[in-house]
Amino acid sequence: MLPPIPHCTIPSHRQNTGMVRSSLAVLVIDENRIRASIIEAGLREAGHERVTVIHDVTGIARRIAEIEPDVIVIDLENPNRDMLENMFQLSRAVKRPIAMFVDRSDQASIEAAVDAGVSAYVVDGLRQERVKPILDMAVSRFNAFSRMARELEEARSELESRKVIDRAKGILMKSRGLSEEAAYTLLRKTAMNQNRKISDIAQSLVTAAGLLGPSEDE
Amino acid sequence: MAATYQITAGFMPLFDSAVLVAAGEMGFAAREGIELTLHRETSWANIRDRIAIGHFHLAHMLGPMPLACNLGLTPLASETIVPFSLGLGGNCVTVSNAVWAGMAAHGAVPDLDPARAGAALRALIRERAGAGRDPLRFAVVHPHSGHNYELRYWLAACGIDPTQDIEIVIVPPPFMADALAAGRIDGYCVGEPWNSASVAAGTGHIVTVKALLWRNSPEKVVGVRKAWAEENPDALAALLRALHHSARWCQDAANHAELAALMAQPGFLGLPPAVQMPILTGSLSLGGGAERSIDDFFVPFDKAANFPWKSHALWFYTQMVRWGHVAHTPQNLAIARDCYRPDLYRLALKPQGVALPGANAKVEGALKAATPVGSAGASLVLGPDGFFDGQIFDPDEIDAYIAGQKSARAEA
Repeated sequence: MLPPIPHCTIPSHRQNTGMVRSSLAVLVIDENRIRASIIEAGLREAGHERVTVIHDVTGIARRIAEIEPDVIVIDLENPNRDMLENMFQLSRAVKRPIAMFVDRSDQASIEAAVDAGVSAYVVDGLRQERVKPILDMAVSRFNAFSRMARELEEARSELESRKVIDRAKGILMKSRGLSEEAAYTLLRKTAMNQNRKISDIAQSLVTAAGLLGPSEDE
Repeated sequence: MAATYQITAGFMPLFDSAVLVAAGEMGFAAREGIELTLHRETSWANIRDRIAIGHFHLAHMLGPMPLACNLGLTPLASETIVPFSLGLGGNCVTVSNAVWAGMAAHGAVPDLDPARAGAALRALIRERAGAGRDPLRFAVVHPHSGHNYELRYWLAACGIDPTQDIEIVIVPPPFMADALAAGRIDGYCVGEPWNSASVAAGTGHIVTVKALLWRNSPEKVVGVRKAWAEENPDALAALLRALHHSARWCQDAANHAELAALMAQPGFLGLPPAVQMPILTGSLSLGGGAERSIDDFFVPFDKAANFPWKSHALWFYTQMVRWGHVAHTPQNLAIARDCYRPDLYRLALKPQGVALPGANAKVEGALKAATPVGSAGASLVLGPDGFFDGQIFDPDEIDAYIAGQKSARAEA
């Protein structure tokens, strides 16, 4: 049997019943400015007016006291997560108890959040159906950002490979008097024979040429 | 040959993950048929979450963390057991230059003596309070950590109330030295190399060490998801064998240079090997040119360092009770008693002829000197294991111990 979670059962300090449809204050803590603004934009599009983004956690206790967030979204790469969790539970600046968004009946939702690299904390007593759309939004935007970052990285490495292959071709053309097409064919054949990537062969050639003496390519 | 077992483990970039890292990187896991995948994490909260949702089978954890999970003190948790300890000692208490100057004015000398340093700190705190200055702010890495509990134990034993006389905040280990240099904190308790980092920067002084507060005391452990352990007993036993051989390799001084180079890699600690030598040699620069060599500063294997003593878990439990993290009830005590699993350690390593202690718990503080103990056909040396204030923790007298430390706090 799983033990109970004490701070999820603390009664709310706030009378939620009286203010059901007021907009929630959402605090996004993310050191990655681009990702933070993507999430912020998503939340605003979804009709959340009170969104605050913090990149640097210095002095965050005071900010939390000012903002009184209902929901806090944190990226899992943030090394300050232990500090923040402790503060949510203990700090005098935090007037309302804040618990991690956790509903044991919704394991899939927790997994999706951790997979995406995001975690959310909510003030105690806030109903799950009000928070879930915010978490879902954060998860989908985090995933979109990761996809974008991966594609960017692939494009960057593609460009790098092309550059190094061009340099290797140049070296072969100059030192062996080959045409561009013949130089490329030689690189490709060598790569196939050695079962390596053509960009790896090109890199080896460029490195070796650099070691073997000055060339125009330097 | 394909591996028989696939095991995924999380770790934090701290030196005391070395036994787990070396098990994966130096071939000890592979030799037991394990493909061990290591994931570096950025917070203990991430480790806890990834264990809870099943991303990791096990992880490098703070000794009290599995207790906190099982006692329901954390937001997201699954039942976690401890079949292996990753070593003893390794932490220090470091203060800013200004605090050190204040302590020196009250009789502190750079000898790491906990009682003398504590008395000087107490005098400084009284002086500051008299002058109406803000309380000193100390940092630890996590509320449920050996660091938090040993810092509080030291302060309380020296007549400083850690709940009133100072403030304790949480700072991630790699940020400790910067926070101290910037004046955001006045001192901290953390594992190496983050103490030597402040000394090297000229911004801090090491005032005492874990090995002197409680000799040969528990620090990090391997926390295993209980459900996985129960479903995969053979994989767990193979892992414990791999960790055992890795720990022995890490302890051997002949391998220290190689170990430091391994941990220096960007995927692990990413710090120069030289920074990691103090924890391996026990030779520390304390600041201001003072040097000190400490016996048993960090023990990854010797002295039954990997044995998950129930008395270690129970001492952490007494401190959780002491500082209001959990109520002392028969149910909670039973949870604490069942968390560390020496039975699983024995099951995996007895067939290997490994020297095993005769009991699952010991009276902490009873061994005044290194003591050979009779064990199953092999030699084993335990201790010394004393607390600096001469207190004894007898796990069979836990109620009396808890009652006694409450009154000690009231007198402070």
